[in-house]
Amino acid sequence: MSDPEAIERGDEILPGNPPRVVRYRGAARVNHWVTAAAMVLLILSGVAMFWPPAFFLTALLGGGQTARFLHPWIGVTLVVSFALLARQFWRGNLWNRTDVDWVAHMGDLVRGHEEKMPEVDKFNAGQKFIFWAMALLILAMLASGAVIWEEYFGGMTSIPIQREALLVHWLGASLIILVLILHIYAAVWVRGSFDAMIRGWVSAGWAWRHHRLWFRRLAARAAHRGDAPV
Amino acid sequence: MALPDSPRTAVSNPPTQGFIENLGPGDVIKRSATTRLPPPQRELTPVAKLIDVSKCIGCKACQSACVEWNDTHPAIEDNVGVYTNPHDLTSEMFTLMRFAEWDNPDTGNLEWLIRKDGCMHCAEPGCLEACPSPGAIVQYSNGIVDFNHDNCIGCGYCIKGCPFDIPRVSKTDHKAYKCTLCSDRVAVGQGPACAKACPTKAITFGTKEDMKALAAERVVDLKSRGYENAGLYDPEGVGGTHVMYVLHHADKPHIYSDLADKPKVSPVVHAWKGVTKTAGLAAVSLAAVAALAHGLFARANKVTAEDDAHAREFLDGNEPGGRP
Repeated sequence: MSDPEAIERGDEILPGNPPRVVRYRGAARVNHWVTAAAMVLLILSGVAMFWPPAFFLTALLGGGQTARFLHPWIGVTLVVSFALLARQFWRGNLWNRTDVDWVAHMGDLVRGHEEKMPEVDKFNAGQKFIFWAMALLILAMLASGAVIWEEYFGGMTSIPIQREALLVHWLGASLIILVLILHIYAAVWVRGSFDAMIRGWVSAGWAWRHHRLWFRRLAARAAHRGDAPV
Repeated sequence: MALPDSPRTAVSNPPTQGFIENLGPGDVIKRSATTRLPPPQRELTPVAKLIDVSKCIGCKACQSACVEWNDTHPAIEDNVGVYTNPHDLTSEMFTLMRFAEWDNPDTGNLEWLIRKDGCMHCAEPGCLEACPSPGAIVQYSNGIVDFNHDNCIGCGYCIKGCPFDIPRVSKTDHKAYKCTLCSDRVAVGQGPACAKACPTKAITFGTKEDMKALAAERVVDLKSRGYENAGLYDPEGVGGTHVMYVLHHADKPHIYSDLADKPKVSPVVHAWKGVTKTAGLAAVSLAAVAALAHGLFARANKVTAEDDAHAREFLDGNEPGGRP
């Protein structure tokens, strides 16, 4: 539990008044926001090319032809960016027994009794769900998207397969949007989360309230290293 | 006498009397990615091209005429030992004579089946259903399904929607192309270029009614010559087509270079543009509204002064007493 290896690079408690805790280093934040920007552009252009009332949104990317050209390339950008993000986050998102307990207490969380929840490490079960759901859905979007990328892969698969891919791409897209709504909603509801992903650090009180186990491990590591007391 | 609204035959010369030019916006009955389409200003007589496979000699005059009229430039390809040339429909070749050799098990005869492939101009066009770009595909009240290249974004969805594998996206300008049924000729009273060029009248053009009557005569003739399964190919699965075939073996269209036996728009395409689209959009909208409402009206999950105090206490080396 206090294995210092399991702590993500850059995470540490910054002594001071008030004390702060570094949660996401620069690389993680850049990766996150590049992924987010790509996701927004993909959703806007994708919905535009699927739902006629939103077709006018193709103008955001320079018109129908340009939107059609850019959409898959933005997708490739997202896949690369998310892969780099996942390289940093996957270990912290592995499922364990605490998560089962956490899910069982989700009602308490919603009712505002977070103190009844088990202590949470860097990521709670909800965050883990979002991480793995996004990872799987992005893979599905990559695979189905490649099949319908007319310009380069148009002739490589049979038309019935391409039809299936169109359907999978839409179903995957609607699921991704649902997961994204949950993600943004949770980030807004749990005040201070946006700060974590924007400035990189959170208050010690935030860490204590939402990710106490993580906070404890960081403190234990600092003590182990013989860092000056806070 | 009322002026005709569409050419009655392909072989005649251009009309010398006044002809009501048509196929304008007021003649559109279906428009891709458009739900509220103004009603058409008039109802044109449905037209059709009838391709009598039993009369075709495989001369490819139709292909040449198509290239000539549409000013396309199909690439010169290699001879791989078949007459079909080019090897497939392309964005520069809207119609293609497909040559098939079929061993008739009943007679022992080797039959050379030549089918002029191209857009069938379905009454229920799958391409139009799949197209995401408003007005890139239109259907006129005379039955012609036409691509409007100014609006085409090159996504290739029409290819997935088509039950006949017809549209092709150009690698040069990234727009989809297919037979227009020479809409630009029909609009001014002339029949399609291919029909005009055909030396054996294997391709004829006129009102759909006339073409069906002509086909019926041909079927009777073919039956009298021993082709007992001769018939008209005007598949119901796509609501009928405005390009029809007379086939000497109408019971097995697939022997004519894989002509679809029972074509219909794929249920996957219907599901994609139908029930899953509605369900997905509804789920997403509902989730967004619920999240917004809860975000606005529910109490936020905020860090309390107690949390801050406990965190400091902990950092000072004292485990706060009990849970906050």
